[in-house]
Amino acid sequence: MKFTRKDILGIKDLSVDEINLILETAESFLEISTREIKKVPTLRGKTVINLFFEASTRTRTSFEIAGKRLSADTINISASTSSVVKGETLIDTARNLEAMNPDVIVIRHSAAGAPHLLATLVKQSIINAGDGAHEHPTQALLDMMTIKEKKGRIAGLKVAIIGDITHSRVARSNIYGLSKMGANVVLAGPATMLPRDIEQMGVQVHTKLEDAIIDADVVMMLRIQLERQKQNIFPSLREYSQHYCLNSRNIKLARKDAIVMHPGPINRGVEISPDIADDPAYSVILDQVNKGVAVRMALLYLLTGGSE
Amino acid sequence: MADNKIIKVVMDKEVIDRCLTRIAYEILEKNKGMENLVLVGIRTGGVYLAERLKKKISGIEGQEIPLGILDITFYRDDISSSHKKPLSGKTSITFSLDEKKVVLVDDVLFTGRTIRAAMDALIDFGRPNMIQLAVLIDRGHRELPIRADFVGKNLPSSLWEAVSVHLVEKNGMDEVVIEEGA
Repeated sequence: MKFTRKDILGIKDLSVDEINLILETAESFLEISTREIKKVPTLRGKTVINLFFEASTRTRTSFEIAGKRLSADTINISASTSSVVKGETLIDTARNLEAMNPDVIVIRHSAAGAPHLLATLVKQSIINAGDGAHEHPTQALLDMMTIKEKKGRIAGLKVAIIGDITHSRVARSNIYGLSKMGANVVLAGPATMLPRDIEQMGVQVHTKLEDAIIDADVVMMLRIQLERQKQNIFPSLREYSQHYCLNSRNIKLARKDAIVMHPGPINRGVEISPDIADDPAYSVILDQVNKGVAVRMALLYLLTGGSE
Repeated sequence: MADNKIIKVVMDKEVIDRCLTRIAYEILEKNKGMENLVLVGIRTGGVYLAERLKKKISGIEGQEIPLGILDITFYRDDISSSHKKPLSGKTSITFSLDEKKVVLVDDVLFTGRTIRAAMDALIDFGRPNMIQLAVLIDRGHRELPIRADFVGKNLPSSLWEAVSVHLVEKNGMDEVVIEEGA
């Protein structure tokens, strides 16, 4: 199968075949990061711009390392040090970057749809590295890759996603992706953090953590976005953690061989207790980070290696 | 591949096997035994041939010769221009190449670009003392200054012909054929 897309904007648009192709390609990139010389010349002469309007350590570093291991030139722009502070609009920033002829622009923005807008404006490939509460496709892909490696498959697994679903682009991309791949997705969170009519995405919804994780193969905890506490969607961190913190007691409800995932950064003791986050029997959190580099290498490779 | 019309069968099972036996002996003769010798097969056709050579050489010498697998997709010079996007496989070289004599194994030697990429890749894994090249078919038309040390059969061919090596492991039978159109 040939990969013909110009952009990676969301998991919603990807077909099962495309997801499988990306995951398989990523498999072959894993090995490069284990070599003594962690670099191949595949994207020599290509330029990748990381345009980050929101804070990020993991995703930005991961994209940068992915580009560098493929020999692309990677440039990072963060909003606080860019012309945005001088009042330049997103569209003007994009047009100016386009004029410098990069090959791929990776964008993270707090506004849902910002990458889609760019994709229609510039001829370069756009990768969505997170847009508002909409999608975070590379996170979902690395999550699927991790699940596939640990469980051997995705279809037929019960995956529980716990936390602030409303504000989570990670949850949204994973719901699209995991459902497409045949997993049974179950959500849980306080009623104030569950979007209305979310059942229409084909998922089961609970308000109690315990109900969602019974017999789960995968438990995916979402970060409580501390910056949202001001919006009065939960009374206090302590109360949240009493009901929705994954700990050594409630994890026993899941299957014995269940894996625990978290997109990071983790709030220890809020959504996940430290003993679970650090327990190698359950936690695959650092595997996720490891797979992230391979998935992003695969996407850069597939987007720039296109036939035209 | 299946649609291409076969013009001529140039090697059958027995001939391929005899060629590989001869190459196995030639490799041992040229290197005076198998000290520091390793085989590296180039995906995908070269891997099966390298596995067969490993069996033969290990049989002759009575000890196992190390075998690595090399995928050269990341080192190709035509990724952006090629219409067939190569789906990359995995590279697996679990031993050090430093101070080793490496015998690269491929099925068909043609333009030499695959071998150029393979040598670049090998050198990223270490500093071999020597790299040698074994191929089942040399069909000419080199675009780079590269030649094979061990050749199963020289097969002068036209550019509009395709030379395919079919192996049991991949295609269910052993034969080398010339087909219409590349």
